[in-house]
Amino acid sequence: MTDKSHDPNQMTGAAMIVRALIDHGVQHLFGYPGGAVLPIYDEIFQQTEVEHILVRHEQGAGHAAEGYARSTGKPGVVLVTSGPGATNMVTPLTDALMDSIPLVCITGQVPTHLIGNDAFQECDTVGITRPCTKHNWLVRDVNDLAKVLHEAFYVATTGRPGPVLVDVPKDVQFATGTYHPPCKSDVHVSYTPRVKGDAAQIRKAVALLASAKRPVIYSGGGVINSGPEASKLLRELVEATGFPITSTLMGLGAYPATGKNWLGMLGMHGTYEANMSMHDCDVMLCIGARFDDRITGRVDAFSPNSKKIHIDIDPSSINKNIRVDVPIIGDCANVLGDLLQVFKAEAKKPDIRPWWQEIAKWRARNSLSYKKNSDIILPQYAIERLFEATRGRDTYITTEVGQHQMWAAQFFGFEEPHRWMTSGGLGTMGYGLPAALGVQVAHRDSLVIDIAGDASVQMTMQEMSTAVQYELPIKIFILNNQYMGMVRQWQQLLHGNRLSHSYSEALPDFVKLADAFGCVGLQAIKPGDLDGAIKEMISIKRPVLFDCRVAALENCFPMIPSGKAHNEMLLPAEATDEATASAFAGGKALV
Amino acid sequence: MNQPASAYFLEERHDPTESHTLSVLVQNEPGVLARVIGLFSGRGYNIESLTVSETESQKHLSRITIVTTGTPMVIEQIKHQLDRMVPVYRVVDMTLTGRSIERELAMVKVRGGGDNRVEALRLADAFRARVIDATTESFVFEITGNSAKINQFIDLMRPLGLVEVSRTGVAAIGRGPEGM
Repeated sequence: MTDKSHDPNQMTGAAMIVRALIDHGVQHLFGYPGGAVLPIYDEIFQQTEVEHILVRHEQGAGHAAEGYARSTGKPGVVLVTSGPGATNMVTPLTDALMDSIPLVCITGQVPTHLIGNDAFQECDTVGITRPCTKHNWLVRDVNDLAKVLHEAFYVATTGRPGPVLVDVPKDVQFATGTYHPPCKSDVHVSYTPRVKGDAAQIRKAVALLASAKRPVIYSGGGVINSGPEASKLLRELVEATGFPITSTLMGLGAYPATGKNWLGMLGMHGTYEANMSMHDCDVMLCIGARFDDRITGRVDAFSPNSKKIHIDIDPSSINKNIRVDVPIIGDCANVLGDLLQVFKAEAKKPDIRPWWQEIAKWRARNSLSYKKNSDIILPQYAIERLFEATRGRDTYITTEVGQHQMWAAQFFGFEEPHRWMTSGGLGTMGYGLPAALGVQVAHRDSLVIDIAGDASVQMTMQEMSTAVQYELPIKIFILNNQYMGMVRQWQQLLHGNRLSHSYSEALPDFVKLADAFGCVGLQAIKPGDLDGAIKEMISIKRPVLFDCRVAALENCFPMIPSGKAHNEMLLPAEATDEATASAFAGGKALV
Repeated sequence: MNQPASAYFLEERHDPTESHTLSVLVQNEPGVLARVIGLFSGRGYNIESLTVSETESQKHLSRITIVTTGTPMVIEQIKHQLDRMVPVYRVVDMTLTGRSIERELAMVKVRGGGDNRVEALRLADAFRARVIDATTESFVFEITGNSAKINQFIDLMRPLGLVEVSRTGVAAIGRGPEGM
């Protein structure tokens, strides 16, 4: 025996990985074992500090980690094997990159001497995931492993958060080397995200805000990612300025939906008042949002007469789609803190009463209205009732992608940040169910509901088995219209009502399916049954699949037809066949 | 058919494009060049010329020189996208600083005899190209200069029996005493 065997920092690569997780405060890990990660699983078996959640498909692990991260603000951690384990992670990694979610993914790799040999379950993991991670590493020497793991956590959680991946060949997991706890020198000298905003730019911004006649605040997911302090400061800023505020899909909850200055969500399926305010404003304050095409609509007609202030931690978000007048690079909370201080010291609340009167007129158009029906459950009504039943409860909502997602965003009111988990940038069907798992792991006693569609939910349905295994009482509230609703809506609007492959034939019986999984199945068919069934769902302390049969052909309005401007919205009352046909004429090329 | 502007508006834009030379200082580690190139191909940016080599071996620093074209907005995007990569230290737009020297090296093989051979040698002399290989029926010239000069030399060699060209791509450095 050598002296080194008594050094507590001498350990195998596999042990280093578990040790690093503990040193970074990781309590939960989502993963799936396989040949190239067996040494790590062996270490996991022999400790109790990190709880491993076994999913049914690696994609589920990735989305669960995303839900975990978004509801806690901590990084989500995933462990999967080489080859298919890694390729199955491509979707969640890309999803996390688009929505700026901190993920640390550890993948096993074939032993270093087999790399490049087309070995069993080999793939070029770092090559494949290079464009869908913020950064990734292949560790060839066990003595580099500690440094890389610490850097991985640092990169994932600082600056604009995002997914990172560490690929560890099996021989490196077996090899013994020296571990060291996290320290500053672990990180590339070249990685220096900017946190504090430029003081002169902040002054310029305040001057613009103070002189505004028709201002609007447009906030996004960056405010949520920045942490609870950013949401608090955002609310203070709204209070101090008296400005109207709208938010992107990703930013819901940063400002409360019951707040008096709330305009609702903006963008393609945003409210009329939010989009009109964006179009007609004279000063726009964009905080932690990125002028995505679903927000801007037609770019050359986007808010034509406004001065734009843009706060973002990522310099590449500035002037990417829309030219702004006052860019401020920095962390939302940090910049908002400074901006508020300057505003309070040097500016007065401008008088914008005429602007509010104008907004009131737009509000009166009641753009989220829908025709009530006493025979069929309308999806909007279902979400409204779900919202009512969960009011005052400790609730987290996830969604899949499609019409149900937009209705959830429109009709479910969020009072707090970190309560709303949805796949915004990538639009990943199948996100919501595993994301709900991740949320529930982090918040065992909270009510976690996945508002789902019948098509999306089938993409990751196998994770119900995970929910049953770990007694995670997630509620899967399926708005079942037997269609891929959003696909069908676009086919109706843009493709001559030729419903090519958007009808879900041979849907499973979700109630029986729940039974087969060992969880609870519920169904509501008539509006009169809905409240009782929702109440029952909430009271059950086990996973529930709720089959909510809704009107099959209902469509999601209001809508900015793709490629149109904010002031060319199609409102539900006006969405007659003719109006829709002309609004969408010639729009087939649009995405 | 008259189609409205798409939400994916890029094809609707016809802003004039500019050519810019970017110097990028990176950590020389496996995959770093793939990251940079992947950024360009993934986001649809152009690469006109790319030169890369380790420049400070002790610090493991490499310098990448990229000549790219795009609208001013796209050029700005490229710089920010490069700058936010973890192993990238600095990105300097040499075209924007206006105080840079650009050089390229080319090796030009010409085959022929008689007057053509004499003419090739004479032109090489005028361009300060050196003969680095010779046979009774061929020369290889080494020429350095900016890209325009090299293009011009190659054009002149074409009728004289140009066989092939190997070019290094553009390397650039700022004038004056300061480093990048």
